[in-house]
Amino acid sequence: MESKEINLPLTDKAIDGLQIGDRVEYSGILYTARDAAHKRLITLADAGNELPVALQGQVIYYVGPTPPRPGRVIGSAGPTTAMRLDPYTPRMLELGVKGIIGKGGRGPVVREAIQKHHAIYCIAVGGTGALLNRHIKNVEVVAFEDLGTEAIRRLEVDHFPAIVVNDAYGGDLLEAGKAEYRTKAPPSP
Amino acid sequence: MREIEAGVITEAVAKLAVEATHFLPEDVEGAIRGARETEQSPLGVQIIDEILENAEIAREQMLPLCQDTGTAVVHLELGQDVHITGGFIMDAVNAGIEKGYGDGYLRKSIVAHPFGERKNTGTNTPGVIHTEIVPGDKIHIGFMPKGGGCENMSRYQNFLPGAGREAVIKFVCETVDQSGGNPCPPLVIGVGVGGTAEKAMTMAKHSLFRKIGQRSEDPEVSILEKTLLDAVNALGVGPQAVGGSTTALDVFVETYPTHITALPVAVNIQCHSARTKHTVL
Ligand code: SF4
Repeated sequence: MESKEINLPLTDKAIDGLQIGDRVEYSGILYTARDAAHKRLITLADAGNELPVALQGQVIYYVGPTPPRPGRVIGSAGPTTAMRLDPYTPRMLELGVKGIIGKGGRGPVVREAIQKHHAIYCIAVGGTGALLNRHIKNVEVVAFEDLGTEAIRRLEVDHFPAIVVNDAYGGDLLEAGKAEYRTKAPPSP
Repeated sequence: MREIEAGVITEAVAKLAVEATHFLPEDVEGAIRGARETEQSPLGVQIIDEILENAEIAREQMLPLCQDTGTAVVHLELGQDVHITGGFIMDAVNAGIEKGYGDGYLRKSIVAHPFGERKNTGTNTPGVIHTEIVPGDKIHIGFMPKGGGCENMSRYQNFLPGAGREAVIKFVCETVDQSGGNPCPPLVIGVGVGGTAEKAMTMAKHSLFRKIGQRSEDPEVSILEKTLLDAVNALGVGPQAVGGSTTALDVFVETYPTHITALPVAVNIQCHSARTKHTVL
């Protein structure tokens, strides 16, 4: 299975060409954000303030890395569970975010919002933080430094591997995949 | 009475923390390699390849296998003929956790208060420490850095006493199905049946210290383990829940006598980063 190479920020045209199950390799800039950073960004936006990061066309990566050993830019850096960020995601998409990387599935409200805003949700393989470390070339804290591990970081990535789980056409890989490989119905409730 | 210095325990725990988070146990890696041969989904196979490559990079570059280096779950089997000198055993274990997570550049993920301020303790302590008194004059230490993604998918339910093994199968399948990609499949699934609520969950967690393929010595339980593994893999959840035939690498069941009114069932899920490490002092 070939990967599709995508340069960031994401364009509508790039999103048009992506479907569930596609493997992508992102090169360019990703922004990290977890629960606390999401909350702050949205509070700022709702109060009509300018955001410390221009979100238009950007891809957010849900990650909380291990501390780097001396000489490294980052430690192990795999995705965290995306579902926890579901309450914030529709608003983030309204603010211009076009792509998200996490692990696990998204709720129905988020899936709808992804389709509505012509965006894309990908997973990186959870539990492969050592492998993903190799694709991160540079790291810089760009906002909310006081949040420590939860501060917003700008990651320069090279061929960062991910899999499309929710595309702009309403598809959901986890549902489709399970249906395809389910050999027996689950025991009835 | 054999004497063991508290400081020896601290050093041992620190070493276990670093090794467990960087070196995937051979049996787990072997099972993942085996799954690569049987996985039906091409995307699933690619995911398995990335998991195997990750284990190699982690080992060679001394990078943690996963950024979630977990809650430090420690299982102590304390020989009744051992006397600890120079400090309290629990403090010694926590000092070892602090040292291992600090020196090893591991992520500190523990907050001091669960619903209050949730301030990070900065040391990954306290660990969750289980103790068991056993015969002999040795201390056996099992270390399991347990990630949040999988731990948070744990479930417990008490069934009607007559509900039987069917209830166990249904409950385990439901739990795995609902948790989807959150616990990072392929999984290792621990199941505790019987006892009381806390006994059932402790057994479920403890079973995760077993080696992949190590069946229960009770023939009836061993058959249930195989049935559960097939049932879970028939769900189609697959690696990272993208669909596939490998949802779990193994299912371990522990049982205990229970009350006439009860059938407690606990499920504790482990991810493919099924990190455990043991030592004997
Ligand atoms: S569930 Fe396991 S592999 Fe996945 S992120 Fe958590 S600790 Fe890592």
